[in-house]
Amino acid sequence: MVSKIWGYFIIIGILYSLFFGDVISLNETILNSTKTSLEMILQIFPVIALWLGIAEIANRSGLLDKLSRKLSKVLGPLFPEIPKGHVSLSYIASNIIANLFGLGNAATPFGLKAMSSLQELNKDKQKASRSMITFTTINTSGVTIVPTTIIALRILYKSASPTITVISTLISTLIATFFGIIIDRLMAKRYHE
Amino acid sequence: MSDYILPLIVLGIVIYGLLKKIDIYEAFVNGSKDSFKMSLTIFPNLLAMILSVNILVSSGILEDLINFLLPFLKVPIEVVSLMIMRPISGNATLALLNTIYTKYGVDSFYSLLGSTIQGCTDTTLYVLALYYGSIAIKNTRYALKVSLLADIVGITSSLIICYLLFL
Repeated sequence: MVSKIWGYFIIIGILYSLFFGDVISLNETILNSTKTSLEMILQIFPVIALWLGIAEIANRSGLLDKLSRKLSKVLGPLFPEIPKGHVSLSYIASNIIANLFGLGNAATPFGLKAMSSLQELNKDKQKASRSMITFTTINTSGVTIVPTTIIALRILYKSASPTITVISTLISTLIATFFGIIIDRLMAKRYHE
Repeated sequence: MSDYILPLIVLGIVIYGLLKKIDIYEAFVNGSKDSFKMSLTIFPNLLAMILSVNILVSSGILEDLINFLLPFLKVPIEVVSLMIMRPISGNATLALLNTIYTKYGVDSFYSLLGSTIQGCTDTTLYVLALYYGSIAIKNTRYALKVSLLADIVGITSSLIICYLLFL
């Protein structure tokens, strides 16, 4: 489905530009995309290098294991297919914790680690497993206690109360995640699992 | 407060590693080594997503669509754009949020609403492309549907909650 959307975006975008838009800026957009993504990789790469290093210390010292066992009770029912104490649970937990505190950059490497360890459990390597979809649903609905980027931006704009939206953000993100999980459950049933 | 989180996590993990008598230096270096491979798998996925999203955004079709929808909604165009762009592009929404802050004032209702929308969900399309792309999964099944529906729920509840709390 992501693949189809990808195609539609390109086709609709190019056709619309050709008929109603600006062809010169379309050219620029196409050529600049590589540059933009390279810049983004250069931004993400150092963070990944740092956190994968830190995470490996936590992994070898048994800290991730401990975390995983502690969180099995909470996360277990959400991911019935993951065997108890499997390392993917601790990566999922680390990803969620990083997101909770608004450390979005640190969350990404943990999320990627979670996906690759979920892939080990996956029977059909071409298809997303139910656990993966539950995980990405929680992830994209973005549970955050401290929306750091927004608070920083609000401070930059000299807000009288930079943290005032923390509570409204928390409530709406919790609602989104809650319904996300419910929709995920219903869909999983519909797709015969 | 949040300035303390990062150093404290690093401190805690390093102390715990030392107490468990593992070679923490070697562990760090070895773990970090994977970052090259990870970045290399991410790059083409990122590029693909940025290419198609940017082509769509720069075509102006979304703006035209929003202008068409605007009479039916009682919020300014920037806020509507923010809602529609939120799952598609993180950079575009951050830029929109800047515009809203400048135009209406950072403590205005629209800015509070915009901040809430920005914070309540993540950039769904980007996350999905990155996460599934990194393990070469082509068939994502119902992943996109679920995530987009959750986004709609999140954005709708942002609207309702902001009206209740801030107006």
